[in-house]
Amino acid sequence: MPKRDDLHKILIIGSGPIVISQACEFDYSGTQACKALKEEGYAIVLINSNPATIMTDPELADRTYIEPITAEAIERIIEAERPDALLPTLGGQTALNVTVQLAERGVLERFGVELIGAKLEAIKRAEDRALFKQTMTSVGLEIPKAGYARTLEEARALAQAFGFPVVVRPSFTLGGTGGGVAYNAEEFDRVAGHGLALSMVHQISVEESVIGWKEFELEVMRDRADNVVVVCSIENVDPMGVHTGDSITVAPAQTLTDREYQEMRDAAITVIRAIGVETGGSNIQFAVHPESGRLLVIEMNPRVSRSSALASKATGFPIAKIAAKLAVGYTLDELPNDITKQTPACFEPTIDYVVVKVPRFAFEKFPGADPTLGIQMKSVGETMAIGRTFAEALQKGMRGLEVKKDGWDAGGAWPLDLLRERLAVPSAERMFLLKAALAGGLSLEELYQLTKIDRWFLRQLYQLVVEEETLAAAAEPMRACENAAPSPEAAAKAAQTLRLAKQLGYSDRQLAKLWGVDEATIRRWRAQWNVRPSYYLVDTCAAEFEAKTPYYYSTYETPVVALTAKQEAGSRKLEKPLQPPAKKVVSLGGGPNRIGQGIEFDYCCVHAAFALRGLGVQVIMVNSNPETVSTDYDTSDTLYFEPVTLEDVLNIVDRERPDGVIVQFGGQTPLNLAVGLAKAGVPILGTSAEGVDAAENREKFKRLLEELGLQQPPSGTAMAVDDAALTARAVGYPCLVRPSYVLGGRAMEIVYDEKQLRRFAQIAFEASPGFPVLIDKFLEDAIEVDVDLVGDGETFVIGGILEHIEEAGIHSGDSAMVLPPHTLGDEVLDAIREATIRLAKALKIVGLMNVQYAVKDDIVYVLEVNPRASRTVPFVSKAIGVPLAKIATRAMFGLSLREQGFTREVAVESYCAVKESVFPFTRFPGVDIILGPEMKSTGEVMGLDAAFGPAFLKSQLAAGQLLPKSGTVFVSVKNEDKRFITLVAQQLQQLGFELVATHGTAKALQRLGVRATPVKKIHEGRPNVLDLITDGQIQLVINTPSGRLPRADEVRIRSAAAALGIPCITTIAGAQASVSGIAALLQRPLTVKPLQEYHAALRRQVGG
Amino acid sequence: MSGQAWLVLEDGAAFRGRAIGAEGEAFGEVVFNTAMTGYQEVLTDPSYKGQLVCMTYPHIGNYGVNEEDVESRRPWVEGFIIRELSPIASNFRSQESLDAYLKRHRVVAIDGVDTRALTLTLRRQGSMKGGLSTTEPDPQRLLSRVRASPDIVGVDLVTQVTCEAPYEWPPTAQGTGDRGQGTKITVMDFGVKRNILRELAALGCRVSIVPAATSAKEILARQPDGVVLSNGPGDPAAVTYAVATIRQLIGRVPMLGICLGHQLLGLAFGGQTFKLTFGHHGGNHPVQDLATRKVAITTQNHNFAVRVDSIPGGQVELTHRNLNDQTVEGMRHKTLPIFSLQYHPEAAPGPHDARYLFGRFLDLVRGQTADA
Repeated sequence: MPKRDDLHKILIIGSGPIVISQACEFDYSGTQACKALKEEGYAIVLINSNPATIMTDPELADRTYIEPITAEAIERIIEAERPDALLPTLGGQTALNVTVQLAERGVLERFGVELIGAKLEAIKRAEDRALFKQTMTSVGLEIPKAGYARTLEEARALAQAFGFPVVVRPSFTLGGTGGGVAYNAEEFDRVAGHGLALSMVHQISVEESVIGWKEFELEVMRDRADNVVVVCSIENVDPMGVHTGDSITVAPAQTLTDREYQEMRDAAITVIRAIGVETGGSNIQFAVHPESGRLLVIEMNPRVSRSSALASKATGFPIAKIAAKLAVGYTLDELPNDITKQTPACFEPTIDYVVVKVPRFAFEKFPGADPTLGIQMKSVGETMAIGRTFAEALQKGMRGLEVKKDGWDAGGAWPLDLLRERLAVPSAERMFLLKAALAGGLSLEELYQLTKIDRWFLRQLYQLVVEEETLAAAAEPMRACENAAPSPEAAAKAAQTLRLAKQLGYSDRQLAKLWGVDEATIRRWRAQWNVRPSYYLVDTCAAEFEAKTPYYYSTYETPVVALTAKQEAGSRKLEKPLQPPAKKVVSLGGGPNRIGQGIEFDYCCVHAAFALRGLGVQVIMVNSNPETVSTDYDTSDTLYFEPVTLEDVLNIVDRERPDGVIVQFGGQTPLNLAVGLAKAGVPILGTSAEGVDAAENREKFKRLLEELGLQQPPSGTAMAVDDAALTARAVGYPCLVRPSYVLGGRAMEIVYDEKQLRRFAQIAFEASPGFPVLIDKFLEDAIEVDVDLVGDGETFVIGGILEHIEEAGIHSGDSAMVLPPHTLGDEVLDAIREATIRLAKALKIVGLMNVQYAVKDDIVYVLEVNPRASRTVPFVSKAIGVPLAKIATRAMFGLSLREQGFTREVAVESYCAVKESVFPFTRFPGVDIILGPEMKSTGEVMGLDAAFGPAFLKSQLAAGQLLPKSGTVFVSVKNEDKRFITLVAQQLQQLGFELVATHGTAKALQRLGVRATPVKKIHEGRPNVLDLITDGQIQLVINTPSGRLPRADEVRIRSAAAALGIPCITTIAGAQASVSGIAALLQRPLTVKPLQEYHAALRRQVGG
Repeated sequence: MSGQAWLVLEDGAAFRGRAIGAEGEAFGEVVFNTAMTGYQEVLTDPSYKGQLVCMTYPHIGNYGVNEEDVESRRPWVEGFIIRELSPIASNFRSQESLDAYLKRHRVVAIDGVDTRALTLTLRRQGSMKGGLSTTEPDPQRLLSRVRASPDIVGVDLVTQVTCEAPYEWPPTAQGTGDRGQGTKITVMDFGVKRNILRELAALGCRVSIVPAATSAKEILARQPDGVVLSNGPGDPAAVTYAVATIRQLIGRVPMLGICLGHQLLGLAFGGQTFKLTFGHHGGNHPVQDLATRKVAITTQNHNFAVRVDSIPGGQVELTHRNLNDQTVEGMRHKTLPIFSLQYHPEAAPGPHDARYLFGRFLDLVRGQTADA
């Protein structure tokens, strides 16, 4: 069946900001869909609030709406655009949920919009647990015993009937938010109550526990001719009980016989048909009882997912792209397999390697968060590794995880009893603890009983531990090879040992440690002894057909011996690079997403690839993050799915011999490799190493600023805690303490006295061992400003100036920002412009540069200069309609800004762009939501409108802060803020809000003529403010923290508000901005406008 | 620690690995199978007689071996080539480790081989002869023995795998009775996989199996309602006696040909078969039913194929096509109740997408008996 010609315009809904359980994978799938449908000639209307996505690049869709993903906003878009169809299956749970709302409000019917991919009934059958159960039962499939409850009493009755443990899942939420396991009645009341509160439909399911069962997922695709294929099977190493997003997972399934696998495959096909997903991909999860093989269907996502992105990267089968084509009427047999070109997409990939996905956690960012893994997802990113064996892939995954591990390392010995205790509870560390346990002699059977991790995986791990002992025992002969030239026999033996180690996935660094030599020695040995990686293709077919797409992974294999000359000639061309020689550039990605290094950097890497391909340069991408657009084999000419470590990158450089490597776009990960790469003689593109050093070396930078006559807050460095105390005294309190070489403000703190300083200096030393701790004077109540600039070494142009909304002291990645600046005067802005250009000139910036300033009493202080892509580059690019990263890339490749026609800063005058950050606090109940110098946000949104008020409002809506139109505001601020809060309170009152306040604040307000009802603090008795919040009597909380170490009851108030979805504002500046937003909300209904129109207005402005 | 083993191809490529399974030496045609599960079914599929089978998925043996998942009474592969033997069998149905099973059945095997390099060689240069040895330390000497070993083309391997005497397949207790109740199916055993018999029995058929050399007269004397021409190993052109038998059965009884059975039917219709470069061995081949345009993901295991256009008289039409390489996957007689499939509707290992074809055959058979 060919594509449908009755459709012309298709609306695609994105997934919004990056949050836990919805990350870049939906940019990957959405981008694929936009490209796929555009190439079929359809007009694409896109909505996504996340400016850091590739899909919201203005050229990907015909009309790109960066607006909050709410039913209201989409209704307006539909009204304006009149699309023929809506494709709801590519934007995660967010898109599905809002689609259900649109359908139920009758919007789709009113405007004649057809749902393609999955119809409303199918979405409901998959999402509503009662309907799901009914559907599964009707086709003879089993699901865990379960019931549904709308009240706590109903829920209790169910739990009693099933017996503990039971699992609670709320209907219609993200990634199992609010779900949990209860082992007793008391725990049950808490988990069930929480779930009921968080469910969009106030319904939870209570289920028989299948904790410890084996867990599998199948990725299934169906077309409208009812052809169904299974793209990939995935087995979770962590058994049932741990959210699949938090599990280490493996593709393909390892422990199923064909009979069991086919039974599961049959079930999956039955499920997709019964649910009625007409076209596209679905993810189906299964549990298998380890002793009986009993098969249960756990859940079904009628859309592409994190797992489908993983499956796409794991097999080379582009699920989202194919899903988009199926949605417009193609059948699988009509579409080609992208990798082979010759064979159709109607097949099931078979792979001849093992894929391991490892989740990346960020518990260090949320002290007090419960680090136990359960059915609610907590990881913030993931890395994927490919190897020919599980052991090799696991080790690669561990070193790609960026948790200071060079592979699967135990990180020390543990007492066995403590290990037993900790292994019984799933955690981020469990995989590492297993190594300690195996090395400590715990038996496989005991480990199985403790963890229920399948014995096959445990046995693989055990094998590594055993082999490592052999390797360790070889230390002496290996070291002997270091100094004296070994005899041929000794060399052959050493080479054999080295090859075995590499086949087991050991990194050069691990081996260097094991054998007491340095990393470079291992590298030299590998070259001498010809122990080199083979680069094999991800080809969907286990080499059965020729692959035309160069998508590689590395592995170490036993070389084939050629017994005849003819054979030797033949084997040499086994798997050579497929591309003809051209100018080549390697772009290094950032590895797994984590807080501080996320999609913004991947966006820059992708733009670098697009820009270079536009210049006819062959682009080689190296990255290990399966969620991203950068690891789509379509993005670059050649993709290496590899850990971004020095060893892995150098191996690729050896093979590809590129003309240059880009390290400044992928965040800190590739930047940290710059020195090692430069040392190895690899040409680094962009700003010279001296320029980078002048910006990053504190002393040199200080001198530079002095030369340029620029101000910096007093600062100093220290190499020890005592030293730090002296420095802080010289600098003056309060001061900012932070470690060297980290991103996202890791271990960064504002300290007010020596006691705090000592404590946090210690933490900073631990975060970046061996490097100095940096101490700066903290400028209280200053306004912070971020500037992004692009340069070619001679010409420098400011991309954008962003004013932070919150005052200084909050990490720039967490702060809301506005472009153009809304409070700073022209004089200050000109001073900032001048300073930025002078810095860029002095550093001879080629590429991107970001400068952070603090403005206090009209004096501009330079806080930081980063000669690399910053987190704000995508936001600024979208705000000004200029792709800064592309321009920077071309400049790095020698094209001047003049030649590119970008020589003047774009003046945004007719509208306002607000960036707001999105936080994962609902995932970590009880954690204080207060912001500080350590970054905590996972993502960002953009609000665009004609004025600050509505733009800010949109940013809040998009971030899930639903500012109220009316109701009661609770106000409690610290003493210093009481003066400033009065204006806010007055405005709120004028807008019709009731105010309640703690006694102190209420008194302060009343003195200045603002009526506020006093309410008890938590420790003052009941009913207190917490009761009002939980009773739903408060619609907005304004609470500024009383000090650096906040009081416990403040934390409880903020945490409760966050958990109940009540907007909670923790800064005066934020409160002021919110009042503007609420005023805008009351003034007129929201309007929507596509990015292309904003940009056209800018061009008219420049032209006129 | 296991000893060393060598795999040598006739073109001179030598793969050093670890000896697993039985000690000894084995020769045959080297083929690769791309199925990620089902090694036990592969080992016991008689169609692999004469072949050294390489599994492209690296981890083999993970779930051990059990009594239920065998496709015949013993393994038939000449030798087994894998990347990584599992040191543990982890599955609730496992009764024995793969290594122990291979040893017990005297199958020579090797692990530690770069099976992707081997597969690439076979894909580019086609299937070739090879030798696997756990006893010969010198690969050059093994190479000369490989070159001296017999070729698979033109050799009748069926005689080595067919049953010695006719037997009955036990009826399945929960067979979906009313559909095929009592329908008498005779299976010509060219190396039949048990799952063909299981599938027929599950439909309620009374299944009897006869040796490959059974004459048409003897078969017809059994008064079967339908005859199944089973799968089997090797070159169909070498099994001339079976072609003759089938020719005599055409028009006398409804027939279903599977794999080798399909090829033999093609020859019986007067057509030709040819050898594919490296064959189809795996569980992910898309086959399109040309009438419905529906695609089934199928199990495949064959080195030879039928040229349908070589069948004279226009009485046979193409019904199924392989979407990967457009080769013939199914055909039927335009007027007689006969159809055949190059692929394996019985799967085992592999997807069940084509299982319904046994039902279709049964309907065809019963349609005939009803008419009569």
